[in-house]
Amino acid sequence: MATTIEEPISQAIPPISVRYCAVCSFPLEYCEFGSSFTKCKETLHEEDEDLYNKYYSEEALQKKLGSISLEAQSKLEKDTAAKEAKAEKKADAALKKKMASQVTIKRIERNKRKFVTSIHGLEAFGVDLKKVAKQFATKFATGASVTKNPQGLDEIVVQGDVSADIVEMIEDGVGLLKGVPKENIVEVEEKKKKGGD
Amino acid sequence: MFKKFSAATDVSGQTNVKSSVQRSIRSALLSQWKVDQDTLESIWPKKESVILVKCREHISIYTLHGEPLFFQHFDEPFFPTLRLVHKYPFLLPKVRIDRGAIRFLLAGAHMMCPGLTSAGGYLPPPENEIKAGTPVVLFAEGKEHAVALGVTKMSTEDMRRINKNTAVETVTYLGDDLWALQKL
Ligand SMILES: [Zn+2]
Repeated sequence: MATTIEEPISQAIPPISVRYCAVCSFPLEYCEFGSSFTKCKETLHEEDEDLYNKYYSEEALQKKLGSISLEAQSKLEKDTAAKEAKAEKKADAALKKKMASQVTIKRIERNKRKFVTSIHGLEAFGVDLKKVAKQFATKFATGASVTKNPQGLDEIVVQGDVSADIVEMIEDGVGLLKGVPKENIVEVEEKKKKGGD
Repeated sequence: MFKKFSAATDVSGQTNVKSSVQRSIRSALLSQWKVDQDTLESIWPKKESVILVKCREHISIYTLHGEPLFFQHFDEPFFPTLRLVHKYPFLLPKVRIDRGAIRFLLAGAHMMCPGLTSAGGYLPPPENEIKAGTPVVLFAEGKEHAVALGVTKMSTEDMRRINKNTAVETVTYLGDDLWALQKL
């Protein structure tokens, strides 16, 4: 067996490499059906004039019409414009909501001189809670976990009083906390009820 | 199949696949797809294992280095992902929809016969008839690359003859939630 067997030459058919749109992720020819057509076009125009002409020159636009009627084409264009407007509105609303959402950092007294810190609201800024809990655990050498609060919402609970440090981390945009606006931080203190001991 | 699909809520777990199972998947792909050994080898090298990502409603997605390569519903035939079809457009038989049908397809609609039998559409000639229940790639009039994958609900000759009702049920399409999942 081990004598003169040569590696057979692979007859594999090479893959086609498709250029995807940097904006909408579709193959460039499908941008017109997406919800960001104007931006797709602008971006391609800046990046690659030749490709832009391939898809959007007068000639290309004529050819594209194919078998559908002018009426159907104008319906499509209206449809695309409406889609874009809708997507923009949605993005606007999402951004507004995001910028208005609060991050609550709560210092909770558990026992005399024993605290835990709970952080709620980071997920609104696209922060992966599990990962950031791990980041806290490593940084403060303490326990940190993601749990559901009584309202059923996820929050991070860190053992010990680290509220000031976490505020600082958000202000400095450390690691995963980048992009969380410090104006949205609300600090709360939850004292143990007096006489509860 | 992948409308309203989210990795956070619809994936139940990832597991390694036993090598005996990998072998049987490999031979299933060779018999179900129009692909030769060498090309399959470059898509999925023998010395590398795919990971099974189990999802809701008995959907299994198989990934290589985190990238979805193909998927399966129950023990139905394997579908390549649309991105894989863009690289290897010949894996499954092809049909084409006319330009007018594209926007409906991209909204997740199933494809009706007229969208395939009209001037802008394409069905294979009678001698290459595709039977009902066959996975197909959907191309689109005036476009170079595939737009979706689906299953025929009737034979291509019946599509011509009957020319109404659903011709191809859409399984995954450009811009659906599987498309959005570049890595798992
Ligand atoms: Zn685009």
